[in-house]
Amino acid sequence: MGRWDTSRTQDLSASASASQQTGRTNVEWIHHIERTRRKPQVSSRNLDIIILQSTFKRFVEVGRVVLVNDGPSAGNLAVIVEIIDHNRALIDGPTTSVPRQAFPYRNLILTPYTLASLPRGAGNGVVKKAFEKSGVLEKWQASGWAKKLAARQQRKNASDFDRFQIHLAKKSRREDVRKAYIKEKKASA
Amino acid sequence: MGRFTEYSVIGRTLPTETTPEPKLYRMRIFAPNEVVAKSRYWYYLRQLKKAKKANGEIVAINVIHEKKPLKVKNFAIWLRYDSRSGTHNMVKEFRALSRAEAVEAMYQDMAARHRARFRNVQILRVAEIEKKDDIRRPYIKQLLEPGLKFPLPHRRTKSKAWYAANRPSTWA
Repeated sequence: MGRWDTSRTQDLSASASASQQTGRTNVEWIHHIERTRRKPQVSSRNLDIIILQSTFKRFVEVGRVVLVNDGPSAGNLAVIVEIIDHNRALIDGPTTSVPRQAFPYRNLILTPYTLASLPRGAGNGVVKKAFEKSGVLEKWQASGWAKKLAARQQRKNASDFDRFQIHLAKKSRREDVRKAYIKEKKASA
Repeated sequence: MGRFTEYSVIGRTLPTETTPEPKLYRMRIFAPNEVVAKSRYWYYLRQLKKAKKANGEIVAINVIHEKKPLKVKNFAIWLRYDSRSGTHNMVKEFRALSRAEAVEAMYQDMAARHRARFRNVQILRVAEIEKKDDIRRPYIKQLLEPGLKFPLPHRRTKSKAWYAANRPSTWA
């Protein structure tokens, strides 16, 4: 409210000098400003507009595909089936072995994918069908994000022998590169 | 108080020669375990009837399970609460998957807003609100808006390592 008040007083101080030109008295100016000033209203209708104008691209909404980041099903995709409150949502991942459960947003990552027109509180079968139809899983697996996560996981699970093999493989790659480089250098010289 | 379970506790006063079959009283009690549930049963019964633990017995105690634990419901909880200066009645609303979960949220909420302990709060009634129009509180109403969506504006990702080389980015 304070912000609006200051803007009004600024207008008024400006109007004091302006009133001599336009012939409006101070009282008339107040009425004029009251009539014309924008009223700060946030209703459900212009919530959409605010969201559209904002820089945010991913929203908590029914049908949003999320990445589970904690617990037994960490690393799997799931779908927001219903918003419980400002901290938790009901998620479900029938094809990705995430059981239907309440989950805090704190441990979810919103992905850019949504299942459009998924009804609120849809059952297991409906979610499964919509998820398969949308082809989100294929898109996800092809994404750089998923590949990076998979690579990280593979590196984490590597045994000592695996790391040794990687060491040898890297060594032989360096050798090949070096040889090819010398060969090219000689050919060009 | 830990996680809550809903119990159905049935008890009666001990049979005497004058009353060989005393009346049974059943209560639905939210408690972290059976011991507390039975204790609360006697606490409430001796306030309501001429009966106490010394000359009474618990006939049965059973856990009441949620019928649909995967459906999000709106609950209203009527409660009576002893503050530092008096007694108040309240109706609070919660969105939860089960009655026990709603009660747990209620105790947390009472502790947070009013510094009320478990012993200061008596639950009078817990009921599911079926109709959207019967919801009174704006903090629950706002969650039922059709097409509700909101961003998560400030994410704080935790680094798995002890030290982080870079400041975490907090945008969505």
